[in-house]
Amino acid sequence: MLKYVLHRFMWAIITLWATITITFIIMHSIPGDPFAKEGTMPESVYENLQRHYNLDKPKIVQYFFYLKQVALLDFGPSLKSKTLTVNDYIEKGFPVSFHLGAQAMIIAVFFGLILGVIASLYRKRWPDYTSMIIAIIGISVPSFVLATLLINFLAVKWSFFPVATWKSWSHTVLPSIALAMMPLAYIARLMRTSMIEVLNQDYILTAKAKGLRKNAVIIKHAIRNALMPVVTILGILTANVVTGSFVIEHIFGIPGIGEMFVKGIMNRDYPVILGSTVFYSAILIFLIFIVDVVYTWIDPRIKVTGASK
Amino acid sequence: MKRNKYSLFALVLALMVVISGCNSFGASEKTTTKGSGKSDGKKEVVEKVLNLNNSSEPGSLHPGTAQGTHDSWILEHAFEGLTKKTPEGEIIDGMASVPTSDDGINWTFKIKKDMKWSNGDPVTAHDFEFAWKYALAPETASDYAYQLFYLEGAEAYNGGEGTADQVGVKAKDDVTLEVKLAQATPYFLDLTSFYTYYPINKKIQEENPKWFTEATSYVSNGPFKLTEWKHKESVKLEKNENYYEKDKINLDVVNFIILEDENTAWQMYKSGELDLAYPLPQDVQGQLAQSDDKEFHNGPDLSVYYYNLNNDVKPFNNVKVRRALSMAIDRKTITENVAQGGQQPAYSVVPPGIPDVNGDYQENTGDLFSEGIEEAKKLLAEGLAEEGMDKLPEFSILFNTSEGHQKIAEAVQEMWRKNLGVTVTLENTEFQVKLDREKAGEYQVSRAGWIGDYVDPMTFMDLWTSESAYNDANWKNAEYDKWIAEAKQTMDQQVRMDNMHKAEKLLMDEMPIIPIYFYTKPHTVKEYVTGVYTPINRYPQFIYADIDMDAKE
Repeated sequence: MLKYVLHRFMWAIITLWATITITFIIMHSIPGDPFAKEGTMPESVYENLQRHYNLDKPKIVQYFFYLKQVALLDFGPSLKSKTLTVNDYIEKGFPVSFHLGAQAMIIAVFFGLILGVIASLYRKRWPDYTSMIIAIIGISVPSFVLATLLINFLAVKWSFFPVATWKSWSHTVLPSIALAMMPLAYIARLMRTSMIEVLNQDYILTAKAKGLRKNAVIIKHAIRNALMPVVTILGILTANVVTGSFVIEHIFGIPGIGEMFVKGIMNRDYPVILGSTVFYSAILIFLIFIVDVVYTWIDPRIKVTGASK
Repeated sequence: MKRNKYSLFALVLALMVVISGCNSFGASEKTTTKGSGKSDGKKEVVEKVLNLNNSSEPGSLHPGTAQGTHDSWILEHAFEGLTKKTPEGEIIDGMASVPTSDDGINWTFKIKKDMKWSNGDPVTAHDFEFAWKYALAPETASDYAYQLFYLEGAEAYNGGEGTADQVGVKAKDDVTLEVKLAQATPYFLDLTSFYTYYPINKKIQEENPKWFTEATSYVSNGPFKLTEWKHKESVKLEKNENYYEKDKINLDVVNFIILEDENTAWQMYKSGELDLAYPLPQDVQGQLAQSDDKEFHNGPDLSVYYYNLNNDVKPFNNVKVRRALSMAIDRKTITENVAQGGQQPAYSVVPPGIPDVNGDYQENTGDLFSEGIEEAKKLLAEGLAEEGMDKLPEFSILFNTSEGHQKIAEAVQEMWRKNLGVTVTLENTEFQVKLDREKAGEYQVSRAGWIGDYVDPMTFMDLWTSESAYNDANWKNAEYDKWIAEAKQTMDQQVRMDNMHKAEKLLMDEMPIIPIYFYTKPHTVKEYVTGVYTPINRYPQFIYADIDMDAKE
């Protein structure tokens, strides 16, 4: 196990290095400048800014300087804020995005699994159709539409919840629902397909033939095995959701990190682009690792060993 | 087997406990529990709280490095400069009494008695000298340092060629500030009310260079002080008891939320969570502008929306072609049916609201050209013939990606197609890319806008001199340059204004740029809020605002 973890850790470092390098190259090759001289900004002001943020140095020097910084876990200043550094953005924003994302994932996993299981058990009957209609709506309705509808009805018309911002638990309800819909639908559909497949397996027939009660068969044998594909995508879905959604955070005014990447690119805020890419990659790598470990726990047939074999 | 199932269940439960326990709602929850601050036993005094939206997290609440409305809206209420402006736009005493200057170059400001910082320190002339030199220092790397380039030696110091001592600002003693400008500047007293010219507390800045990043260490000298800043979430201002005119300040608390989505902010305004909404979503503006809603207000704005024609590209080098394109645009249709914010069609470049020697500068200018399809067709044919072309080649309108710009570009495209038979394509890019291409001259027609830095026609007129960095139309005219240069060298308002009127007329005869409309500032304020005013070059100001608490209930 330890050998496996070390091995994975080494690969994680290499992946991160590659990510930084590629992002660095792409980022500097797109047109546009963080201090584009709009209007009447004089040359001297522009040069001071370039010097202040080390952008006047050759690219290769900037690159190694950045690698050194990242090794010390310092992502540098934001070019657009004299107040917050990239580390501040992550430290302040990530707990918020994580909180929101975790709530959304709980909703998504809980209802997604229930809908999926119900649909598979009542295949081609009305509970199946109802669940799948919900799933299709969840996948096809964009989150900004759903968010707007939620705000319009639950907040403005019926005043059950506050419209937006991030002040108390009741403020988190609407964005959590809006954020949960997509993964919920995704999980429900996957669970349904996977359950149907498992229910047709021979061992289910054997279990039934042994005279096990229907519930026992479904819970102990069917669901457990059907979970595998869901767990596989759970890592990626979670990484997506806990690192914040630009759209949801924008609409609800949530101080998370969802906007970091998008706004970083829009502003050509190089440290923010790099910082959010590195951070997002690290989270993704970590969660995929967790998923691999969870596999062994759900399915004892899978063993974690070293890389060879 | 069994154990496993329960442990999964336990894990989910544990996760839920952790999440519900974790508090990501910022460090303090003081806002709700505070209640009325000064109940005197007899009658409960209710705090007057104004709620509004600052749209974006401020990048810097330091006057020297601030550079946008998300910074300045807060700064304008937390700080005060040497001078300030009344709701009517008149320049009056701020921290200093309004001085006079015969030559427009040497100005001596006397700081008034008993001016205090929010921490009780006296405001001195040294604070101003220090603040201006701080913003100009090359190592500060301030975007807006150039706002101070009016001072003698300022540009050289910022460019690393001069020293701080050579900058034309000197505190003679605690109350006397001597300023020497590089050249005569009649509107200098307008500039001293602008935020780059605000003072900073020298002692605080030297002790803690990061004082402006947190509310706990924040010190200012204006009507309000910063008492809470939850980054990316909210900013709270409270009345500054050390402010010399504190009796005129009625609000106790001002809460800014930070919410980028205009539609959500509008919903919050409608549900009563906000008292003032600005900026408004475009369709809401359109509806309100045509209604007689009492909460809706519109005011002039110091900015113009226009199209650049690249004068280096054939046939836009021909004045008849340029005029034809301009005359074929129906500006009234654009403002009323497309932009929909109560904007004003522009037939000149300097927007209304700027005082002339007598009256309003833009009103005195009047319309410098008129629209007309037949005339436009004729001019186009003549212009093309002069360039040896039989038909205007296909060209594109470049604009930065935005729904609003897109709609306007589509309208113009259709008008040019229908009225002149010209094929036009639309091209949208990111803002930064558009700027790059304009600078490099790689465009034919591009969308542009300009917001004036100070209330004087010059803030617009010097954009199109040959030397100007923003002359993206690449238009050069010696006569125009001469008039602007003359106007810049004199303090005689009559001569200045005459020259600028003449230059503007020439600009519109030559039409290197096509003005479309003057922006306005449509906003809504709840009826129980009074005293909000909108200076031409500022966001709505609530320094003297008041809330009728009975009406609010």
